[in-house]
Amino acid sequence: MFGKLSLQAISYDNPVVMFGVVLMIGGGLAMVLLITYFRKWPTLWNDWLTSLDHKKIGVMYIILALVMLLRGFADAIMMRTQQVLAEGASQGFLSPSHYDQVFSAHGTIMVIFMAMPFLTGLMNIVVPLQLGKRDIAFPFMNALSLWLTVAGAALIMASLAIGEFSTAGWSGYPPYSELQYSPDVGVDYWIWALMLSGAASTMTGINFVTTILLGRAPGMTLMRMPLFSWTALCTNILMVLAFPALTVATGLLGLDRYLGMHFFTNGDGGNMMNFVNLFWIWGHPEVYILILPAFGIFSEVISTFSGKRLFGYRSLVYATFVITLLSFTVWLHHFFTMGASANVNAAFGIATMVIAVPTGVKIFDWLLTLYRGRIRFDVPMLWALAFIPTFAIGGATGILLAVPPVDFMMHNSEFLVAHFHNMLIPGALFGYLAGYSYWFPKVFGFRLDETWGKLAFWNWLIGFYLAFMPLYALGLMGMPRRMQHYDNPEWQPLLVVAAAGAVFIAIGIGCLVLQLLVSIIKRDANWDQLGDPWNGRSLEWSIPSPPPVYNFAVIPEVKDIDAFWDMKEKSTVDRQPVHYEAIDLPKNTSVGVVFGGLSFVFGFAMVWHIGWLAMAAGVAMLATVIARSFDDDTEYRLTAAEVGQLEGKRFRQQAENQQACAKPLAGQE
Amino acid sequence: MKRYGLMKLVARSCLCILPIFLVIGLNGCNLNNVADLEPSGPIARSIDALFWITVALMSIILIPVFGMTAWIIWQYRASNSKAIYAPDWDSSVWLERLVWLFPALIIVILSSMSWVYTHRLDPYKPLASASPPLEIQVIALDWKWLFIYPEQNIAAVNELTIPVNRPVTFKITSNTVMNAFFIPRLGGQIFAMAGMETQLHLIADKSGHYFGENIQYSGQGFPYQNFTANATSLQEFNAWIDKAKQSSQQLDLNQFNELAKPSVRHPVTYYASVTPAMFKQVMAKFMSKQRTQGSPEPLLASPLEGVH
Repeated sequence: MFGKLSLQAISYDNPVVMFGVVLMIGGGLAMVLLITYFRKWPTLWNDWLTSLDHKKIGVMYIILALVMLLRGFADAIMMRTQQVLAEGASQGFLSPSHYDQVFSAHGTIMVIFMAMPFLTGLMNIVVPLQLGKRDIAFPFMNALSLWLTVAGAALIMASLAIGEFSTAGWSGYPPYSELQYSPDVGVDYWIWALMLSGAASTMTGINFVTTILLGRAPGMTLMRMPLFSWTALCTNILMVLAFPALTVATGLLGLDRYLGMHFFTNGDGGNMMNFVNLFWIWGHPEVYILILPAFGIFSEVISTFSGKRLFGYRSLVYATFVITLLSFTVWLHHFFTMGASANVNAAFGIATMVIAVPTGVKIFDWLLTLYRGRIRFDVPMLWALAFIPTFAIGGATGILLAVPPVDFMMHNSEFLVAHFHNMLIPGALFGYLAGYSYWFPKVFGFRLDETWGKLAFWNWLIGFYLAFMPLYALGLMGMPRRMQHYDNPEWQPLLVVAAAGAVFIAIGIGCLVLQLLVSIIKRDANWDQLGDPWNGRSLEWSIPSPPPVYNFAVIPEVKDIDAFWDMKEKSTVDRQPVHYEAIDLPKNTSVGVVFGGLSFVFGFAMVWHIGWLAMAAGVAMLATVIARSFDDDTEYRLTAAEVGQLEGKRFRQQAENQQACAKPLAGQE
Repeated sequence: MKRYGLMKLVARSCLCILPIFLVIGLNGCNLNNVADLEPSGPIARSIDALFWITVALMSIILIPVFGMTAWIIWQYRASNSKAIYAPDWDSSVWLERLVWLFPALIIVILSSMSWVYTHRLDPYKPLASASPPLEIQVIALDWKWLFIYPEQNIAAVNELTIPVNRPVTFKITSNTVMNAFFIPRLGGQIFAMAGMETQLHLIADKSGHYFGENIQYSGQGFPYQNFTANATSLQEFNAWIDKAKQSSQQLDLNQFNELAKPSVRHPVTYYASVTPAMFKQVMAKFMSKQRTQGSPEPLLASPLEGVH
């Protein structure tokens, strides 16, 4: 009846796990109570969960990302604590199997359920606004992507309470992840979480490639697109091309585990090297999927806060595209040590180094954008400025690892761990956090608190250097990654420093949470009344904050790379147009959230081998999509008169605000 | 852009660079002393040199980046009203060429070096030496290492002894999940995979007791999967072989299956003799259709077949 599921799946006897479960359930309950207390259930359902508005979907993606950041970081601080304690006679506070679950969950969550939703959320909010569009190409598919991702994240959270998570690392290498060596449901949780979110990311990719390539504002040629939209385009191309490889790899592993096939098994004709190949054919482009949007954000932020046009726009676009292409030619550098010939290793090593060229170009172009600017040190800019030198260090250590003989010494050591955190924290997360504080006023109409933002930044930065620079040294001292315990006392002092770094990062995360709370409470002091809080350059700043549901009452005409800057210089900004047109918008639908719920049930049933439930959920999923396809009434129309009325109100409001605001636009001279 | 402006940019960047150069240089020395990676064989020594050459080449990019970042941020802060402000300056043909060519040049140098060294330090390449190589067969088990000396017909668990200045050919496989065989002070690592043979050629030129490990995560006992690699004089090596020969235990298939059961902190164990072709039989288990013992003469599979 319940497959492999029984009450034994809940580890009552493990206090660390139970503490996490209590936190998770307590947090959930608190949310439910608060929503009930404030009677917000109808608002939540009507305005958010069923919404197809790309801005709201973007916000929900980012909420998911921030929640998962907390979970992933909880894992991180447990690992750092364990490695401080577990030297010699001490076993620390985590058993081997628990520690192995923690590092597997940390990697999977941070890459798939923190970074991916964060960047997808930012793209959702910003790309249509930057390109002068009223909506994205497939609003309903967008909701499906969101809710599938949520279902995947929910599966991982469920594994904390019911059963266990994979111990095979975030990369899940067979044969270890095969039934023979990992008979528990942990790997199945990992497989289904990746399957659901992989499908979601593929659909997001299709959605945004279409959105960006078709129907931009008149005059918005490809070579006038803001850099963030360019990097979003490249990221989505990568998503479409790379994610199927992950789905296939995990799918075949699933066939091995569920139907006794032998794709990657030890013996019986299986070959684990095929999995490693497939995994990294996705895995390496994935790195650029995460990093490219952050490059875009940095480009926008650096240009805006230097008050200067972006230097070498063409170079930056070409560099982005070169990185996109090359990202598919380097995956073998993840396994130089698997026994390929010197020719193969050298070729892939060189391909890897070549990526440093366009990346170097970007760094120099950003520096030249800063050169002769008027640099304002607002919070988004702090993240961007810290990124440049920090990322350069990560790039340099990446080049070291790209030299095959050096990689033979460093592979799978703490040096590798330091390297990829050195790429992904400054290169991706700092970018997302810069984007978060940069576009927050656009979405909610008020700015985030500066003081707490700066505190968060400094703690993150100091914490990052303390936490990861010692790992480089530990790698050189021969310390492998994924050590639940070690016998070498020389490693301990550096691990203590790394743990201190994690404490700083914890404070940084605490500051981010406080920043959000303080900003909401003090929002009256931080209203963004004119829609352009940073003296911005691209189209998203030309519309009010928060934007109306249709984004643009009249689609703007673009004449320059810095479209809005150009309008401001020609003072065509505040003129109210005479004519408006009717606007069609997607109606809300509950199909997305229902489909997400069903897919969670399906994944859960598959994990626990509850056949009837999986079948029922699968049929129901299919049924909802078919039912939706018969619904022809998916849009509603705002008439020209309605739009005119809304816009008239806004222009009156804005005129009042402008009079009330004695001081000119921030930073304009 | 005016020419003198650029000259000033370069000159000031250089001024900022100097202290950073010193810091990096000093750090470099420290690391070299702290690290266990103190090479004790020519392979590890070449890799070490390659590592520092690459670091030096990368500093050619890193140092200007650090210097420029610091100086530009300071010079062009909004509060410095004396600084030049050029809001519309967004391109310069020769600067753009420079930002492509400068990194490209470094990468061309690095790539050429990488090509040469990757071939020179190919782990599959036998080492040139006057003495013939010593063959050692390595089998990764949960969670310990088995070393078979076919020439001497002995075997040892979690202890490896090699004579200095004699090249060693390691033939490596796994009886379990993927592992990686690694003696940091002698050279790089290579994966161990069931049903396949990988190779590593190493040589020690200093005697000592070196740390050996599995560096590829392989499950619960992974942190304990270490061994000692002794590099000794020929006399000591022979004495060690004799010590193994004195052991009361013989390594046959039954013994092997017993040994293969998962365990951690397995004590160092010697076997006075080994069933012939044990290594091949272990590989064959995973190559034939049945999971039981395979054909007596299995094909030697190399990973990435066809590439080699």
